[in-house]
Amino acid sequence: MAFKSEDLAKAYWRENISLVLKLLAVWFVVSYGFGILLVDVLNQFQFFGFKLGFWFAQQGSIITFVVLIFVYVKRMAALDSKYEVHEE
Amino acid sequence: MDIQTLTFIIVGLTFALYIGIAIWSRAGSTNDFYVASGGVHPVVNGMATAADWMSAASFISMAGIIAFAGYSGSVYLMGWTGGYVLLAMCLAPYLRKFGKFTVPDFIGDRYYSQTARTIAVICAILISFTYIAGQMRGVGVVFSRFLEVDIATGVFIGAVIVFFYTVLGGMKGITYTQVAQYVVLAFAYLVPAIFISIYMTGHILPQTGFGATIADGVAGSGEYLLQRLDGLSTELGLAAYTDGTKSTIDMFAITAALMVGTAGLPHVIVRFFTVPKVSDARLSAGWALVFISVVYLTAPSIASFAKVNLINTVNGEDLQGVEYESAPSWIKNWEKTGLISWEDKNEDGKMFYSGDERNEMTVDRDIMVLANPEIADLPAWVVALVAAGGVAAALSTSAGLLLVISTSVSHDLLKRTFAPNISDKQELMWARVAAAVAVAISTYFGINPPGFVAQVVAFAFGLAAASFFPAIILGIFHKKMNKQGAIAGMVVGIVFTLAYIIYFKFVNPAANTADNWLFGISPEGIGTLGMVINFIVAYVVHKMTGSAPEEIQELVESIRYPRGSGAATHD
Repeated sequence: MAFKSEDLAKAYWRENISLVLKLLAVWFVVSYGFGILLVDVLNQFQFFGFKLGFWFAQQGSIITFVVLIFVYVKRMAALDSKYEVHEE
Repeated sequence: MDIQTLTFIIVGLTFALYIGIAIWSRAGSTNDFYVASGGVHPVVNGMATAADWMSAASFISMAGIIAFAGYSGSVYLMGWTGGYVLLAMCLAPYLRKFGKFTVPDFIGDRYYSQTARTIAVICAILISFTYIAGQMRGVGVVFSRFLEVDIATGVFIGAVIVFFYTVLGGMKGITYTQVAQYVVLAFAYLVPAIFISIYMTGHILPQTGFGATIADGVAGSGEYLLQRLDGLSTELGLAAYTDGTKSTIDMFAITAALMVGTAGLPHVIVRFFTVPKVSDARLSAGWALVFISVVYLTAPSIASFAKVNLINTVNGEDLQGVEYESAPSWIKNWEKTGLISWEDKNEDGKMFYSGDERNEMTVDRDIMVLANPEIADLPAWVVALVAAGGVAAALSTSAGLLLVISTSVSHDLLKRTFAPNISDKQELMWARVAAAVAVAISTYFGINPPGFVAQVVAFAFGLAAASFFPAIILGIFHKKMNKQGAIAGMVVGIVFTLAYIIYFKFVNPAANTADNWLFGISPEGIGTLGMVINFIVAYVVHKMTGSAPEEIQELVESIRYPRGSGAATHD
């Protein structure tokens, strides 16, 4: 057991899951939300020469995905250190 | 120098580079053949993963499909990138900590069952076969155009090259050659896009160019490019480019199937076993997506530029049609492959492209990216470069997939299950036999494709989504999940999805319309439903048959934090 106690193990896992769920919520909103379900609503707005919904479907969602993963990497590294379960 | 000679030179040079690297790092032991010694830097691994991942479907086919489908084509863009988010957060780090070589290894150990393992192996083989069948078509399109032969001959030549290329290397060769392939592929994709963007809109970045106004000297100057494209589309009886044609539920289902499939694809997952640490596995997924985005953010711009250019060259700027006699050379070159054709219905000697009865052109979507530099009248070396990129994309993925198929057959089915006494050498021999059989079957599907490259590839993702994804996710996040649940879920999920695809694509293709689809979901998106069914079946069966043993639950606990990760093994 790498954790000092059962409680710490549980707390680590809980924080991990809550971080992932938050990030996945953003992931869902920019792609399925803005890009598909709400596309007609957002398309009423113009973003430079793009309709906004169209832009999210073809550009915005992808850019957000990249950012999400790097946020995850950084936050998880911090979490691993906090619970002292990072790799040497 | 003409295009053909230049193509030979550039494709030849890049090939010499890949093969050189493959020989230099030639696989010696079986361990090297499977995974490159577990010592690859995350950025390097990310780049190799990107090359491995971006196949003929991404490079050759996707922008062409978007050019014709407009907004509806976004399913491929979001689907094939969004999966990396799932991969990075829900799978890669845990599977790396688990420390096994392959997905079936994980399934077999986590579900403490030889049966679960064998089923996973069969799923992996099915998925990889479907995937590679699409690739061969892509390779064939490239070779047929540049050797000026018909598509069947092109597929055949490509298949022979792919086979020899794969048996030379193994994973170790592939990791470093794939870095080279990524560079060639990305360069080849970006150069023509940048040229065309500057010409059409004055923007250096194609990503902003296709949202800008059309430059002086080009038809419709001053107007927003996408607005003009919408207008042209409507005038020609097509759906407006930025609106698309797919129903919302189908958009949703296809995107989900591609995303989840990405996260369940065996040849992508295996990449994350090759980094030394869990934290590197997370980072690798991030870098892979960065490198993939370079191409994926460019693809939609290529699509809209290509569509405008196609309409301009075929219908003329006045939209009255262009004399066939004075058609640009690219149309005549592609006619030789049989992938573009013109039928003078109204006998006026002019070509005309539209979405209604006036249409006289048949254009295979898979040629758009390759033809694009020719359509835009770019220098011959750019055209040749794109051909080299297309070959790189198809080769890199085919090699990765063939490796999964050969590993699965020789290592998982034979060594682990049916013939445990074979030597390392025999194992390697069987790996090559399996690769040969896979190439032969995929050549057949390359010549008789059940859809455009990206669509066939989408089926592979649907199968991965419906089989592996739930089993892996439950294996990590639901420690009580037992073998009965996982096995039942995988079997029901993949059988349902496969049956649906086979029915609509082979048994009764005439019925393949939205009216007959289940909930309006096309065969490309049905993997999403397969996945949901898999989850439900697994859960219900698990509730009826009790929990996984205590030691398995402890094992699952131990993969949930990074400390103590060892090197991957495959015993």
